[in-house]
Amino acid sequence: MSINKVNTHIIPMEFEYHAPTTLVEAAGLLEKYGDEARILAGGTDLIPHMKQRKVEATHIINIKKIPELACIKETSEGIEIGANTKLRAIELSPLIKEKIPLLSEAAKTVGSVQIRNLGTVGGNICNASPSADMATPLLALDTIVHVYNREGNKDYTLEEFFHGRGEVKLEPGELLTGMTVPLQPKNAGMAFEKVGWTTFDIATVNVAAVLTLKDGKIDHCRITLGACSPAPTRVYQAETILVGEEPTQELFDEAVYLIAACVEPRQRWRRAPPEYRRKASQALAIDAMTRAIEQARRLAQ
Amino acid sequence: MKIEITVNGRKRQFDVEPNKLLLNLVRDELYLTGTKYGCGIGECGACTVHLDGEAVLACMVLAVDADGRQVDTIEGVAKEGELDPVQQAFIEEGAIQCGFCTPGFIMSTKALLKENPNPTEDEIREYLKGNYCRCTGYVNIIKAVQSAAMKLQS
Repeated sequence: MSINKVNTHIIPMEFEYHAPTTLVEAAGLLEKYGDEARILAGGTDLIPHMKQRKVEATHIINIKKIPELACIKETSEGIEIGANTKLRAIELSPLIKEKIPLLSEAAKTVGSVQIRNLGTVGGNICNASPSADMATPLLALDTIVHVYNREGNKDYTLEEFFHGRGEVKLEPGELLTGMTVPLQPKNAGMAFEKVGWTTFDIATVNVAAVLTLKDGKIDHCRITLGACSPAPTRVYQAETILVGEEPTQELFDEAVYLIAACVEPRQRWRRAPPEYRRKASQALAIDAMTRAIEQARRLAQ
Repeated sequence: MKIEITVNGRKRQFDVEPNKLLLNLVRDELYLTGTKYGCGIGECGACTVHLDGEAVLACMVLAVDADGRQVDTIEGVAKEGELDPVQQAFIEEGAIQCGFCTPGFIMSTKALLKENPNPTEDEIREYLKGNYCRCTGYVNIIKAVQSAAMKLQS
């Protein structure tokens, strides 16, 4: 929640509008205009930023008219989600609710219904905001992202894709077309936890956990933390100590200590000071891991 | 740019600049001033309209982006001079005080009841959290939604 101090009645700049209908055309426009162009997907970030002159673009490329960019489908590798898929579609999709409930749960925490009817998953990732609520769970699900340019396709893991604060691995002429969430281990328990200023707000801290149990011990384990460092982070150190152990309170206490150590304080942290984030990340991680373990136990029965 | 939008069931042509927002198009060109400008950054929900039947915020949609699509505003809710059951319920339950947020609330409620004809109080609160009301304290709004749901079901 930010306080609106500027006039947001209008977009105080002129731009040229393009609405390509194919990927080739879109990539051509992106190549031609380079830094002067911005992609319009949902517009829930871009339009307020343009109103406040935080973004000055002279060419706006609307990718909503490219039909193949909006899809949720099952493939041999997993579940493919188009970059232009609305967050509301992810929240309600029966396929996602069944196979990767974590994503549906996380999508539901973004803004309001009206925002989710506009905002897209690709936009959520490409803005590379450290607090993106889809990035943290997607990272925990080992997602592969697909990038298109006119020479062909490139795949990156989500971790490679995030360069740092506000930056993703996209060259001029490239755009994100979608992502594949690989098939998750059977009986995986998943949980997403988030805290913001209001339930409506972007995250101050968010945590995702994906866990499976084998003979009562943690087998597959992914813990990711958002909004605490320049990009959403996978907490390898915590995963290492969790794998192969029985889930106990002491073990979780040890793990969350390592999770809190991932909080990298930034100079201008408006939403909350580092100490708050450290404590909140510990509490949220305990909640997420406990919930994921409970779910994994239920599924194993 | 030349665009064509179906507003409240009527096809209309416009010639707009690309930076024109849908909100300003319906308010300034069509004088449909029921849709309000509240915060301009997608937090208050006062500008909620239906775009192809989905509740969205008109302050975050470019008019050119609505080309060829269907826009429904609060003015299209009452049919042939008869108030919609949702509007009627808002009046009966005292869910309107200053009235600034009401068009947004009614558009959101209509979308909610279309998806879920019999919502629980929690579901109503969750669905309407994108609409701010600074007068009523929400209690009567929730009552109005419940009463509209009952009316529509009978």
